[in-house]
Amino acid sequence: MYWEPEKECMDRDELRQLQLEQLQATLSRVYMNVPFYRKKFDTLGIDPDDFRSLEDLSKLPFTVKNDLRDSYPYGLFAVPLRDVVRIHASSGTTGMSTVVGYTRNDIKTWSNLVARVLTAAGVTKDDVVQIAFGYSLFTGGFGLHYGAERIGASVIPISSGNTARQIKIMQDFKTTALVCTPSYALLIAETIREMGIDINSLSLKYGLFGAEPWSEKMRQEIQEKLRITATDNYGLSEVMGPGVAGECLERNGLHINEDHFLAEIIDPETLGPVAPGEVGELVITTLTKEAFPVIRFRTRDLTRFIPEPCPCGRKTLRMSRVMGRTDDMLIIKGVNVFPSQIEGVLFAIEGTEPHYQIIIDRKGPLDDVTVQVEVSESIFFDEMRKQNELIKLIKSRLASELGIGVEVKLVEKKTLERSEGKAKRVVDLRKIL
Amino acid sequence: MLRIKNLDAGYGKLKVLRRISMHVSPGEIVTIIGANGAGKTTLLHAISGLLKNRSGEILFDKREIGSLPPEKIVFLGCSLVPEGRQVFAAMTVLENLLLGSYVQQKQNRDYKVQDQLQKMYELFPRLKERRQQLAGTLSGGEQQMLAIARALMAKPKLIMMDEPSMGLAPLIVKDIFSIVGRLREEGNTVLLIEQNAKAALGIADRGYVLETGRIILEENADELLLNRDVQRAYLGRDLDSETKM
Repeated sequence: MYWEPEKECMDRDELRQLQLEQLQATLSRVYMNVPFYRKKFDTLGIDPDDFRSLEDLSKLPFTVKNDLRDSYPYGLFAVPLRDVVRIHASSGTTGMSTVVGYTRNDIKTWSNLVARVLTAAGVTKDDVVQIAFGYSLFTGGFGLHYGAERIGASVIPISSGNTARQIKIMQDFKTTALVCTPSYALLIAETIREMGIDINSLSLKYGLFGAEPWSEKMRQEIQEKLRITATDNYGLSEVMGPGVAGECLERNGLHINEDHFLAEIIDPETLGPVAPGEVGELVITTLTKEAFPVIRFRTRDLTRFIPEPCPCGRKTLRMSRVMGRTDDMLIIKGVNVFPSQIEGVLFAIEGTEPHYQIIIDRKGPLDDVTVQVEVSESIFFDEMRKQNELIKLIKSRLASELGIGVEVKLVEKKTLERSEGKAKRVVDLRKIL
Repeated sequence: MLRIKNLDAGYGKLKVLRRISMHVSPGEIVTIIGANGAGKTTLLHAISGLLKNRSGEILFDKREIGSLPPEKIVFLGCSLVPEGRQVFAAMTVLENLLLGSYVQQKQNRDYKVQDQLQKMYELFPRLKERRQQLAGTLSGGEQQMLAIARALMAKPKLIMMDEPSMGLAPLIVKDIFSIVGRLREEGNTVLLIEQNAKAALGIADRGYVLETGRIILEENADELLLNRDVQRAYLGRDLDSETKM
């Protein structure tokens, strides 16, 4: 099922023509309307009129999160505020850091692109969609909401939190599709089990999860525990919100909506392009945004392109699920470590639960890392020897994956804090000396 | 059908168009809107070969036409309905139409002039009534119909129209646009240039906004109608006074 087959299955050659047209128009527009870009281009001696092919993109400067912060709140808007019908913001560690705006057309486009993602994930007008993303300045809730309404599904705008109530509504309203973060989906699954509800008595069929990185193992867990087809989708508020890319039912990579977003993958160190299929940082240029166009925005998300055609028939390029963030990268004992690497190891080991936390502290001058992982109850009833064996196994696997030794602590189920939004996987207690 | 990449064009040293990239797919009505002097007519003249001072890639039916003279381009199936009608005033309506059939008669053995004439008379009953009249004696609206019909006699794959509503009374403008809409229903492909952005966007599938020789927007026609910049600049809406009301 496609939402806009003429776009999603568009001939690659036609797509490239369309991308060139829209990119040239976008460049002319930002140069005219956004002083930030005009100044930047002028300083670097870039004339938008010289932009003649998609390959010329690499000559343009990047836009980074800090540029958005420095322009707080409206500096990067390309239209006057009176043309803006919606404002979202993403909260950073320093409070409200980036503000984005949408014109009426932007909202229309956004709804359509999310409708594509929902359709690709199996949702139709006959579904009852429970949206357990926060309805707030965060783009997740409203983005999915408008997309689900666009396809004509019945939308339950429950927002995040109050898990028992989520489940009650799921039962009573006969929810067929769940939208939330993957970690919250797991919490819901656990709570359902605790409440003694038979999962087969629910009507759930599909789950669309996003807003945080998750692993294939976690997908298996969610699919088994909730008895649903779980797909990944991707977006970020700086670019638009959800609707940038989403998995089809093949569940093997996310189709990028390339007629609206031009995606590149760069080496975050050299800033040059990576070899085709290699992992690197995703960089996005918007092609159709009116209120808030961005040129070569560095997402900080690590992924790779999947160049092979997808059996689903869509011709759009796929990206792999996000493997982590360049700024999530931990430097432990001088070694680069991604939480996703640790997650990968833990999830591959029998007996562990999909909940863990990485605690980093400093013992004297040295970094000290402890990985806390929940394990199934049976292990705690078992003899000490088995526990020790498990710890030894995890330690050795982590050491070979990361190249550094870490401590491992097994904890009972539900010891670690659960999140209703994005899960907190890393606690860094190190003080910078 | 038509695909343009990085077209630059101008007159002498004056650059009018800058790296224009655009396309028209079969069966579409695409419109280009823009203010006076934005380069709309220059663009049509560059495509149709009337303007020699051009560079870039112009593909018509996958064939490069950027260096071809105008008559060759017409023979390939790309016809222009010029601004200001430009019918042959001293000839009859019928003679004007027959002139339009020349291209087909020359290269298509199966072409039947009478059939095509009948089609035109169906589409424009007025022209049938006045077929023996001198074109110069027609009203502005009738001349415009004649100019369109003359282009259609050549059975073009793409018909380009330059300001068909110019100088016509509002009621006639409506007629002309409903005819353009009908052309699409009959499988024609149209590139329409108009100052009357509202009317053009009302019948078009997609549109490009041309500003000082550059394309600054490409969107579906219904989206362009919603775009506030377009509303302010080309649809004559005074948004500031509207918000105060």
